[in-house]
Amino acid sequence: MNLAYRDIKHNLLRFVLTNFGLSLLLGIVIMITAVYGGLIDDALRQARAANADLWVVEAGTNGPFAEASRISGDTRELVSRVYGVERAGSVTYQSVQTEINGAPHRLFLIGFEPGRPGGPRKLTAGRNILRGHYEAIVDRSAGLKLGQEISLGTHGHKFTVVGLMTSEVTSSGDPVAYITLRDAQALQFELAPPAARREVARGGAVQTNDQINAVIAKVSPYVPINEVAAALSRWKHLTALTQEQQETLLSQFVIEKARKQQLLIMVLLVIVSAVIIALIVYTLTMDKVRSIATLKFIGAPDRTIVGLIVQQALSMGIFGFFAGLALVVIFKPYFPRRLVLDPESVVVVFIITVVICLAASTLGIRLALKVDPAEALASSG
Amino acid sequence: MADTDRQAVVRVEHLSKHFGEGAARVDALRDIDLQVFPGQVVGLMGPSGSGKTTLLHCIACILEPSTGRLTLDGEVVYDGRWLKANLRRLRLDKIGFIFQYPNLLPFLDGSDNVAVVLDLAGFSAAAARARAIELLDYLEVGHRKHALPKQLSGGEAQRVAIARALANKPRIILADEPTAPLDSARARIVMDLLRRIALDQKAAVIVVTHDEMILDHFDHIYRLRDGRLETDAPAGIRGHQLASGTSP
Repeated sequence: MNLAYRDIKHNLLRFVLTNFGLSLLLGIVIMITAVYGGLIDDALRQARAANADLWVVEAGTNGPFAEASRISGDTRELVSRVYGVERAGSVTYQSVQTEINGAPHRLFLIGFEPGRPGGPRKLTAGRNILRGHYEAIVDRSAGLKLGQEISLGTHGHKFTVVGLMTSEVTSSGDPVAYITLRDAQALQFELAPPAARREVARGGAVQTNDQINAVIAKVSPYVPINEVAAALSRWKHLTALTQEQQETLLSQFVIEKARKQQLLIMVLLVIVSAVIIALIVYTLTMDKVRSIATLKFIGAPDRTIVGLIVQQALSMGIFGFFAGLALVVIFKPYFPRRLVLDPESVVVVFIITVVICLAASTLGIRLALKVDPAEALASSG
Repeated sequence: MADTDRQAVVRVEHLSKHFGEGAARVDALRDIDLQVFPGQVVGLMGPSGSGKTTLLHCIACILEPSTGRLTLDGEVVYDGRWLKANLRRLRLDKIGFIFQYPNLLPFLDGSDNVAVVLDLAGFSAAAARARAIELLDYLEVGHRKHALPKQLSGGEAQRVAIARALANKPRIILADEPTAPLDSARARIVMDLLRRIALDQKAAVIVVTHDEMILDHFDHIYRLRDGRLETDAPAGIRGHQLASGTSP
């Protein structure tokens, strides 16, 4: 006879209400896990989207994500000629703020050369950039539609959205937009008309726009990447980073603080959950002291009493976990940043929940084991 | 009833129990001797604080005596110290306890409240349930087997509690003021029932009571005052006149 099940069935409303609260709490734990997963995935996504083997950046920098890097636009030609490099493409990266549908929005602009490495990974709607100017491919999270125009840069150029992507955001949650390298260079390096006039008036040097942040290189599968990186690094004005080094920079340095903050919040939430579950189990056990005393009196062994409490604690935890998971899955699309919930993380949170329940039930078990069978006689004369 | 030619199911010898030490010492029981034979219904009476409930708790093995010897169903369980390691198992196997208030588990229905004892004793679920229903029918409360304790009347709940006490066919039935919450008519029904069970199951029944109205249901009455046994008076007449029922 499963006493835990019978008790839950008898107090079903209390169980459901308690579990609703618990599912919200565990839902937040799962959500923070998903935010943590999203943070790392988003950070790596930009680097992975380029599908690069090597990142050629300004000498002595960890560009283009961890540090600023500015190199000459003809570097791509230089890199292309190195033995082992199959293809190369110039890229620029910059954050801009613009108005979309009447509200200010931040976009992370990537300038690339269509047909060369560095472009968008996969489109979910529309087409690739075909014209030389004023076309953009934007992540859906920006809220833009195909054919819609956005104004970018100091010259107020209108860019038409020709393609849409999904899940292409930065580690801070800003949507990514791809435009041609020329447009990106103009946006990044071209002075606003009044500033340009002033430069001319004071006789300043003519600024060139032909600058980029990095060159992305694809290396032949028959040539070791490190060999090519070493060859490129022989130029004193360049540094070559492998994809692995770039990902390490992003995951361990660029988002390190945010990662630690999320981790700390997760740990705190797990502790809070443990305390709350322990209090719930303790309160439920307090309510059953008389029944536990009666059970002991009629001969129930300790394992029956412990089983009753542990099974109830686990029922609560497991029910709360799955209800919380369901809440996260339901509300995931409305969350202001991308949530990544991989199966491994879900299993880890589930195991943590089970461990918490077992640990939390010790308080109730301790109370139950201390109950004197004679308490069943408390109202007797 | 020929008591002497049978072995006592409950034998208490020179049993004492005190609480505290020195100036704070309270002697709850002093040198108690009593024995109860199969089929006997024995009353334990006395004013409040006389030690009757303490004696019942010692016999039920939930309170350790200070000195003396206690033999249950031919087995010495206490002789200056507990001789059985698992007293709960002893209670489960040998003792049925009827509380003053039914003390039914609120989350189990009538039949499950009875079956839980058999489940703990290792019976299969089907066997436990069949025996529970059989007992409830025997106690004429079978029609309430699916009712939760809160849905039962006082008398019905007490019958379910009695069924629970009888579930594992114990040799010893201890009842602590079982008629206290009942009116006199229902109290007599419960006592008749205990008498019938004692005869049918050859069990020793010990009833702690204040109720003078049920004296004629006892074979013996032990009166306690200040922890001492005052009298050992045969009282039963009615018990012998009752026809025995069918043992469940």
